[in-house]
Amino acid sequence: MSEFEIVAREDFSDVTYMLEIRHPLMAKAARPGQFVIAMLNEHSERIPLTIADFDRDKGTITLVIQAVGKSTREMQQECRVGTSLYGLVGPMGMPSEIGHAKKAICVGGGLGVAPIYPQARALKESGAYVIGIVGFRNKDLVFWDEKFRAVCDEFIVCTDDGSAGIKGFVTDGIRLALEKHDDIDEAIAIGPPVMMKAAAEATRPRKIRTMVSLNPVMVDGTGMCGGCRVNVGDKVKFACVDGPDFDGHLVDFDDLMTRLRRYKEVEKTAAERWSENCRMGQVREVVRPGAN
Amino acid sequence: MQKELEQQMAKKKTIRTIPQDRTPVREQAPAERVRNFTEVNLGYSLAEAKREAERCLLCAEPKCIAGCPVGIDIPGFIDKLNTKDLRGAYDVIARTNLLPAVCGRVCPQENQCEGVCVVGETLESVAIGRLERFVGDLAIEKGWVNVPYSEPNGFKVGIVGSGPAGMACAADMAKAGCDVTVFEAFHQPGGVLRYGIPDFRLPNSVIDAEIANLEKLGVKFQNNTLVGRLFTIEQMIDELGFHTVFIGTGAGYPTMLGIPGDSLNGVLSANELLTRCNLMRAKEFPDFDTPLPIGRRVAVIGSGNTAMDATRVCRRLGAEKVYCVYRRTQAESPARAEELHHAMQEGVEFHWLTAPVEVLDDGNGAVRGMRCVRMELGEPDASGRRRPVPVPGSEHEFECDMVVYAIGTNANPIIGQTSRLQLNKWGYISANDELETSISGVFAGGDIVTGAATVIEAMGAGRRAAVAMKAFLGLREPAAAPVLAPQTPALFGIDRRERNFVRVRAG
Repeated sequence: MSEFEIVAREDFSDVTYMLEIRHPLMAKAARPGQFVIAMLNEHSERIPLTIADFDRDKGTITLVIQAVGKSTREMQQECRVGTSLYGLVGPMGMPSEIGHAKKAICVGGGLGVAPIYPQARALKESGAYVIGIVGFRNKDLVFWDEKFRAVCDEFIVCTDDGSAGIKGFVTDGIRLALEKHDDIDEAIAIGPPVMMKAAAEATRPRKIRTMVSLNPVMVDGTGMCGGCRVNVGDKVKFACVDGPDFDGHLVDFDDLMTRLRRYKEVEKTAAERWSENCRMGQVREVVRPGAN
Repeated sequence: MQKELEQQMAKKKTIRTIPQDRTPVREQAPAERVRNFTEVNLGYSLAEAKREAERCLLCAEPKCIAGCPVGIDIPGFIDKLNTKDLRGAYDVIARTNLLPAVCGRVCPQENQCEGVCVVGETLESVAIGRLERFVGDLAIEKGWVNVPYSEPNGFKVGIVGSGPAGMACAADMAKAGCDVTVFEAFHQPGGVLRYGIPDFRLPNSVIDAEIANLEKLGVKFQNNTLVGRLFTIEQMIDELGFHTVFIGTGAGYPTMLGIPGDSLNGVLSANELLTRCNLMRAKEFPDFDTPLPIGRRVAVIGSGNTAMDATRVCRRLGAEKVYCVYRRTQAESPARAEELHHAMQEGVEFHWLTAPVEVLDDGNGAVRGMRCVRMELGEPDASGRRRPVPVPGSEHEFECDMVVYAIGTNANPIIGQTSRLQLNKWGYISANDELETSISGVFAGGDIVTGAATVIEAMGAGRRAAVAMKAFLGLREPAAAPVLAPQTPALFGIDRRERNFVRVRAG
């Protein structure tokens, strides 16, 4: 049996897909908030992905991936049940501190919907009252609705067009929750930087501790390249070993967003070239050696 | 008669009789090599190696052995080369150094064996590094490997990190009969040899060959394994059944300058640049997916070996201008002489006594230049080097569009974060003289104990730890035979320490 075998796959939409990968040791070690680095084949990039779920009994970890660039689209095409990843390392980063919050909001948008799930579950298990708030563009993109409802005391879905739940962004959901409850003592927000920034701004007036999970560009994920450095309260932190969770009220999101644009041009070129090759039917033979 | 005379001459080799000039080594021409990543130094041919071997005086009390961190019997192997016994030369080196093809390439010999070579007092020292590499390459080519027969002893040894310290420790423990597993976080083993040192200085094929040799000794490599997070050091001992553990995770945490503009796009650590280029093969983008767009004018800050690697990588990736910016002078530069020389040949421009105080934004979050000050050397500091001090009013702009920091590294924090191992105030693992840590049975060595050093020093540490680990496991060290107790008077002609005798009645 090769390592890192994909044992289940589910497509949530045209761009979002879920992979369940066998890795018993990692399933045992993983904690909410941690991430992995995956490589599809020898030629691939190392892609950091937040662990969306883990099942210690089955010995699997779950990743939910959005096909946005060359590598994630290639994975969408290649990763079938029974195939294997070339590389998978983790769990990386500091686990989230599941504190003593009595009432917490868990905010997930876009890429962040899946990784907010284990946080909500952990909070629920610690005895907190959990309000889940997730955002999608429209009804067709909604996933894990049931899973969330099972661990949330309240669950608010927000869609840009109002086709499911309330019409609006997650910040509208946060406002609703804040209006209804004046005793929320913790917030966790995971999603695109612009969303996390807005979420942190929404909770700032009430001084609710708001943790965000940052997703900067990184290579190794072990504190070696420094590519993932972020400014948090005037200190430079490495998201891979000091994070990825940080206090959202201290994070310099503008700096993060600028740094995320670092390889935009080359990434675009790579994606275009890849789609071109796909159309031409010249996709490179994928070299996939077995377990080392 | 003639032959006798020759023999006598050979015996009485003196500084006058040996070839006077150091045998030059063939190199790729600078103009050509800045367009490729193949090796610069082409190594000695057999004839060249023999000529250079003749330059060794085979001193009765060789200083070079003491100058080598692992104590290779240098005159021993060179003497074998003199007698055309190439395999013998390899055998002599292999007794103490597992990776001659690596060390011959990357050791700072001028500060070690070659720095104390007696020939070097009068002429240029013997090119020990080049000779070692010659033997190492020959061994790879011929497939020589010395696998001693060792009875499996049932002990399980875990090694954390597959860099030079871990490799050296793994080899010694495997030779002693232990079941050795090396854990590596990256998808390929080799540590700094793989991600740090570029192909034109140390080709991947050499690393692969050396790793294959370890596998022949029975060492298992397990990649994609982040020890500390997937399982902890304590779990290795308590749950995974390792009898002893060696930590060689290195000092890979890059230092940034801490000046305004540090976080601009286009400012990166040498570690990131080199990892993208070497391990992730960004140099072959888009065949490999990892990108590394290079600036037109790149400023590399620092002047160590890593800085030299960074400058030369940037040249090969197509930067028009590459500057090395260092706050001291060439005399204080910590890089190997050969690396500085090669960088200069390849058109890297050196700006000594210059230090950046700010990286300048182009308005889009990228780099348009640096603000620098000129420095002058003042009083010696704690490191014994003259401390650079800024010259008042010397601020000036320095045009560039990419800045690479190669100003040193710190301890990797992961093991410290995840175990109860005692660390020193800089975050390095505390270990005693035997390299044992605060947890019994757990040893550490290399950069994670000493701070950034060299490949051979890390290997030396790995080997020293192996000695202590064998003692910890109660394995006999053949090299360290027990010292006999002082002689006691014999009893009936039998040594008193010989206990299992019986008295018999005679007659």
